[in-house]
Amino acid sequence: MRWARRGAATAPAETLPRTAVEVRDVTHAYGDRTVLSSVSLTLTEARVGVIGGNGSGKSTFARLLNGLVVPASGTVLVDGLDTRSRAREVRRRVGFVFQDPDAQIVHPTVAEDLAFGPTNQGVEPAEIARRVDDVLVRYGLDGHRDHPAHLLSGGQKQLLAIAGVLVMRPERIVFDEPTTLLDLANTRRVSRVIEQLEQDVVVVTHDLDLLADFDRVLVFEDGRVAADGSPAETVPWYVARMG
Amino acid sequence: MLSLYLPGTSPVHRASAGLKLAALAALGIGLFLVSRVEVVAGALVVVLAVGVVGARLPGPALWAQVRPVWIWLAALFVVHLLVTGPLTGAVAVLRLLTLVLAAAVVTATTRVTALVAVVEWLARPLRLVGVRPARVGLVIAMTLRFIPLLAERAARIREAQAARGAERVRLSVLVPLVIAVLQMAHTLSEALDARGADDTPVRPVRPTAGPVGPA
Repeated sequence: MRWARRGAATAPAETLPRTAVEVRDVTHAYGDRTVLSSVSLTLTEARVGVIGGNGSGKSTFARLLNGLVVPASGTVLVDGLDTRSRAREVRRRVGFVFQDPDAQIVHPTVAEDLAFGPTNQGVEPAEIARRVDDVLVRYGLDGHRDHPAHLLSGGQKQLLAIAGVLVMRPERIVFDEPTTLLDLANTRRVSRVIEQLEQDVVVVTHDLDLLADFDRVLVFEDGRVAADGSPAETVPWYVARMG
Repeated sequence: MLSLYLPGTSPVHRASAGLKLAALAALGIGLFLVSRVEVVAGALVVVLAVGVVGARLPGPALWAQVRPVWIWLAALFVVHLLVTGPLTGAVAVLRLLTLVLAAAVVTATTRVTALVAVVEWLARPLRLVGVRPARVGLVIAMTLRFIPLLAERAARIREAQAARGAERVRLSVLVPLVIAVLQMAHTLSEALDARGADDTPVRPVRPTAGPVGPA
C-alpha cells in the first residue's frame, strides 16, 4: 500500500499495455477551486475502486479517464492515446456511466436510447438491432423495449444506462457512483452486473462493500491520492480516517 | 407523443412515418377547406375506423388523447352557438376532434425515432445554412424525453416547498427548477459526449473555466 502519490510516470506511451490508463502529473481546477493536485498513477488492473469524501476530486478523476474533462495541466493517456487530442478514440474505448441515469438517457423509449451510442459510432443497423436485443434480454429489459424511459424504476434506469454503454462495446467502463440513488435491492442488482462485466472497470463509489473483490482501491483526499492499495489495506484505513 | 407509442404489427403500424405524417397534413388542410358537416363527420368516422379497426388501438388510448381537450371543444361549441350558430359550431368541433384523433393514431402507431427521421429528412435543405439535420432530430428526441422528466423534477420541488409550508407560492418553483435544469444540462452534455454524439475533439478546460463541475 502506498500512502502518498506515486512518482510521475515516465514510460513512453507506446509501451503501455493494451488496457492501461496513465495519469501524468495532472492538476485541475474549477475557477479558484483546485480539485486535483499533481495526480500521477497508472491503472492496469481489471477492477479499480475510487473512494473519498465529497469534494475530494474522485468524480473529476473519473471524468479524466475518458476525456470528459481535459486536465488543466498534465496528461492522461488511455492505451497511449492522449485524451486531449484523441478524445473521440478514447471515448470509444472507455464508456462512462453517470450517477443519475436520467441525465444519461437521451431518447424517449428504451430501445431507441440503446441504439443511440452505436448509431453515433456508425455501426450497421442490423448489428445495432442485434446488440440492442442482446442487452435487453441480458438485463431483463426485453419487456420494456418500447416503454417510455421515464416510466422505468430507478434500478431499471441505471441498468438501461449501463446497457447503453455496453452496446458501444468499450474496453473499459468508468462508473461514477452508480448505486448512490438506488435502494438496497437495486444496489445489489447493479453491483452484480458490475461484477459480471468482462470489461475492465473503474468504479467511483461510497458503497465500500462493492469493492471487496476489487484489485485496487484509490482513496482521494483534497484532490490527491491519499492511499493506494488492495481493498483490504485501503478500505479499513479510509473508514478509520472518516471517523 | 411523449409516451403514446403502442407497439403493434397492424398495417397502420407498418406504414412509413413519412406517409402517415403526409396524410395527417393533408387531412388537416382538407378539413379546413370544407365546411359541410357531413363531410367532416365522415372524416371523423374514417379516422376512428383507421385507429380502432385498422391499427387495432384500444378505445381508452384514443379517449386519453381527447380527454384533455374536450372542455375546450365544448367551450368552442358554446362560443359558436352564441356567435355563429350550431351547425358552424359542430363543424368546428368535429374538425378539431378529427385532427386530435388522427394525430393520436399517428403517434400511437409510429416510433419516435421514425418521426424524428422524417423531421431530419425535411430539415435536409437547412444544410445549406450550416444546420445538421441529425442535430435537429436529436433536439426533438431529447425534448420529448425531458419534458416528463422536468415535470417530475418540478413536482419534487413543489413537494419539498409544500413540506416546508410554501404550498401557495407556485412562482418560487422556478428558481430551484432552473438550477436543476442547468445542472442536468451540464451532465447531459457530458453524457452526449460520452455516448459519441459529437465527433469533434473536446476543447481543453482552463483553470478559470468557471465554478460548475463535479467534485
